[in-house]
Amino acid sequence: MRNIFLFIRRYFNFLFFVVMQLVALYILFNFNRFHEAAFLGVASEVTGKVNARYNNIEYYFKLKKANEALVIENEQLRNQLRQNFDMPDTSRRFFQDTLAYDTLGHYRKWWFMSAKVINNSINFQNNYFTVNRGAKQGVRKDMGVISPTGVAGTIITVSDNMAIAMSLLNSQSRLSAKLKKSGETGQVFWDGKNPNFLTMVNLPKSMQVNKGDTIITSQYSTRYPLGIMVGSVAEVVDDKSSNFYTLKIKTATDFYNLEHATVVENLFKEEQKKLEDSIKTNE
Amino acid sequence: MSDLVKNTIRFILFIFIQVFVLLQIPPLHRFIVPYIYFLYILWLPFRTPRGTLTLVGFLFGLSLDFFTVSPGLHAAACTLIAYLRPFLINILIPQEGAEQNYKSPSITSMGLAPYATYILILTLLHNTYLVLLEWLDVGSFWFFLGKVLATTGISLLLILVTELLFYRKEKFRTNTA
Repeated sequence: MRNIFLFIRRYFNFLFFVVMQLVALYILFNFNRFHEAAFLGVASEVTGKVNARYNNIEYYFKLKKANEALVIENEQLRNQLRQNFDMPDTSRRFFQDTLAYDTLGHYRKWWFMSAKVINNSINFQNNYFTVNRGAKQGVRKDMGVISPTGVAGTIITVSDNMAIAMSLLNSQSRLSAKLKKSGETGQVFWDGKNPNFLTMVNLPKSMQVNKGDTIITSQYSTRYPLGIMVGSVAEVVDDKSSNFYTLKIKTATDFYNLEHATVVENLFKEEQKKLEDSIKTNE
Repeated sequence: MSDLVKNTIRFILFIFIQVFVLLQIPPLHRFIVPYIYFLYILWLPFRTPRGTLTLVGFLFGLSLDFFTVSPGLHAAACTLIAYLRPFLINILIPQEGAEQNYKSPSITSMGLAPYATYILILTLLHNTYLVLLEWLDVGSFWFFLGKVLATTGISLLLILVTELLFYRKEKFRTNTA
C-alpha cells in the first residue's frame, strides 16, 4: 500500500497529465459521435452572451448585404401571395387558416421561426453556427435551419435561449436533395475542402445534368420543406468506373455572411418517425 | 501588477483575440488556420508548479473549445504542450539557475536560439496533435502533413509579429530580491 502511495506521489505530474488528456479526448470523441454534450448547453449560454455582444457590433458591417438578401426574399414571397392569383370561378373562394386544421381538411406541415445567427464558423472541418432562439422559443433538436437564399444546417444542441446548429459545412452533415429539372434524388455532403462547394453523389448516369442546374431539397427530407434551394451545379465529375455522377455544387447560402436564418419545424415529424419505427419493431 | 492578475488578463485577451479576430478571418486555404492562443502557455512564468501548469493548459484549451464548439480538441493539445514545457525548458536553458534570474521564457531570459527552438518545438507539437485529432475524422495523409506545416508556419509568423510588437521587459533578478 505504501509503495502505491509513493508511486502516485512520485509520478503525480505524469498521472495528472494522463487524466487530463483522457478527459479531453473523452469529451471530444463522445461529442462527435452523439452530437450532444450536457455541458455545452450551459456553456453556450455563457459564450452565447459574449457572441451576441460581438455580433451587435459586427451586424452593422454586414447590414448592406443582409438587406439585399432580405429584399430579394421579400420579393419572392410577395410573388407567392394568394391575392396575386385570380380564381377562374369568382363565386368560389378559398381561405387557408393559420390554425393547424381547417374545415376543408388542410393542415399545416411546416412552421417557420425567424432567428438571427450570432456566431458562425467556416474554417474548420466541422463547422457550427449559433442562433438566438432556444427551447423557450420552441426550437428543438433536429429542426432544419434555412437562410434567405437556401439551406443552412440542422439544430443539434438547444439551451434555454440559444441553439447550436451543425452547418452544411460539416463532415457529418448529410442532406437528401434532388435536381429541380428531372427530380432525381441524391445525397449532399461537404468534402471539407472549400466552403463554397458541396458534393452530391448517387445520381444515376442515365439522366441529363448540365452546369448551372438547380439542386433543391427533396421530399424525402424530414427537416426541410420540398424545394428549398441547396445550390447550383458547378461541375459534373464523370467517373468512368462508376454508374453514378458526382456533382460539385455551389452553395446557395453564403456561409461567409450568415446573418439571418429561419428555423423550420416539421409538425408531422414525430408521427412519421413513430410510423416508420413501428415497422422496425415488427421485424 | 502581480503575476496572477497579469496572467488572468492575458488568459482572457488571448482567448478573445483568437476567437474574435483570428478565427473570423475568411479562410485563405483549407490548410491555413491562424492559431496563436497557445502562446499564453509558453509565456507562463518559470516558477509555475508542474501540476498547475497542466491544469491551466487544460482549462485554457477548454475555454477556447466553448467558443469553437469542439469540446476537448484544443484542451487536449494545450494539456500536452503544458505538460511537456518544463522538460523542454530544462534541456534548453543555457546555464544552471537562469530560470531563477528571470521570470518567464523570452529572448532575453533564454537567449535567441534556445527560445526559438522552444517556440518551434512546442508550436509544431501543438499543431500536429490538433490536426491529428481532426484528421481522425476526415482527410488523407497529405491533408494531415500539409495542414500541420501550413498552420505551424502561420503560427510562427504570428508569434514573431507578437514578439516584435509586444516586447516584454525582463528584469534581471538577483538572489537577494
